[in-house]
Amino acid sequence: MPDGMTIVQRDTWVAPRDDSQCLGEAIGLVYRSGERTLIDGIDLRIPSISRTVVMGANGAGKSLLLRLLHGLLIPSAGQVSWGGRVLDDAQRRQQAMVFQRPVLLRRSVAANIRFVLKLRGRADSARVDAILDEVGLAAHAHQPARLLSGGEQQRLALARALATNPLVLFLDEPTASLDPASTAAIEAIVNRAHTRGTKIIFVTHDLGQARRLADDVIFLRDGKLAEHSPAQTFFDAPASQAARDYLDGRLVIRKSTK
Amino acid sequence: MQDFSQAFGLALRLVLDADPDLLEIIALSLQVSLSAVAIACLIGLPIGTAIAMGRFRGRTATIILLNALMGLPPVVVGLLIYLLLSNAGPLGWMRLLYTPTAMIIAQAVLITPIVAALSREVVEQLSVEYAEQFRSLSVPRSSAAAALLWDARYSLLTVALAGFGRAVAEVGAVIIVGGNIDHLTRVMTTAIALETSKGDLALALALGIVLITLALSVNAAVMALRLTATRYAYA
Repeated sequence: MPDGMTIVQRDTWVAPRDDSQCLGEAIGLVYRSGERTLIDGIDLRIPSISRTVVMGANGAGKSLLLRLLHGLLIPSAGQVSWGGRVLDDAQRRQQAMVFQRPVLLRRSVAANIRFVLKLRGRADSARVDAILDEVGLAAHAHQPARLLSGGEQQRLALARALATNPLVLFLDEPTASLDPASTAAIEAIVNRAHTRGTKIIFVTHDLGQARRLADDVIFLRDGKLAEHSPAQTFFDAPASQAARDYLDGRLVIRKSTK
Repeated sequence: MQDFSQAFGLALRLVLDADPDLLEIIALSLQVSLSAVAIACLIGLPIGTAIAMGRFRGRTATIILLNALMGLPPVVVGLLIYLLLSNAGPLGWMRLLYTPTAMIIAQAVLITPIVAALSREVVEQLSVEYAEQFRSLSVPRSSAAAALLWDARYSLLTVALAGFGRAVAEVGAVIIVGGNIDHLTRVMTTAIALETSKGDLALALALGIVLITLALSVNAAVMALRLTATRYAYA
């Protein structure tokens, strides 16, 4: 974690005002695909320890924003920085991402964990066992990973991401296709990682999940930042009309893009 | 018809009695074709993987060329290798013409494009699936290539078996560079051609039976591999 970082409690969270509270920053972030502008000039200061939830209607640009913040996509304009430095490969190695559909290697459960530990030069079987134990998959260690249930596969993907000991963990709708019990298991693991100091950035459509997890909410509309507020403010008195409509379940029609 | 059934009966007897001449020809065939497959895999898998993972100018043209080379006519390959290895050729000093080594070279040249082109397709499919996850984990290119090759192992074994099938059944190239010399370079396909022209249908048929059995075995092996891979979700 960067020096000067402070743990900010959910009910006292405020938007970061200075660099000591700000872990990530996006300045004038734009992403175009052909003629379409999918992310349109987003300025964002991401607090250092909170669980940030990204919300918005389908096509609002949530997944794209996550990929830009993690460096999986190169912005058409603007820049992303973490800890005061422009995002580079070394910083990305301190981050991890869990995708909506887990991408598991065609190997055993344990081999999936061993793969990332080897990359970070820390592979030993005791560590693999400990990681699998933590996510409740120790009994499945020698099974082919892709034969696990959907919830187990996502837990393995999450365990693999956490095995890199990331400073920042991005999650792109990891529970979108999971049942309530599997969702609860994922949320519990995410909360434990957060307690240990990992910054969480979580995309979800599930309002209940957002209420359970969020310390602050980034709300996007049509590729623009509509609102970034503390969770309580966002749910009780959202500042933007778009967020009010979204929370009330009203259809938010995407405007034509530039 | 009576000739045929008589020849067939004799052929079966040769196979069942494990005729020494027959076994020698089969052993040389397997030695040449398995060596060629090993060489083709050593060269073709890295080429296929590099093209699958690479983004460079002329990539599409390279893929088209590689796919076209899969259909290389064996006799043309045999002729080119012959020109290279003949006494007047640039590699004539190696004195490899009419040796099993020359046959291995010819078959390797013939099936390397097959291994490269098919492995490119297999690895590329997997690479597309893994790309974002590998980028997120900052997997170095060498580790990514090794992981892709390992995870595609069942499909790549199928590719190798396809290469073997093509090599062991080919006649044009090996007859030109091997010369079909008895006890030295006579393999199943060249022996079938020779014995048929001599009218010794029994030996030709016996070799044909072995060749077809081998083709069936290779296909059965491919199917078994696919089923195993699917059962364990490794496909």
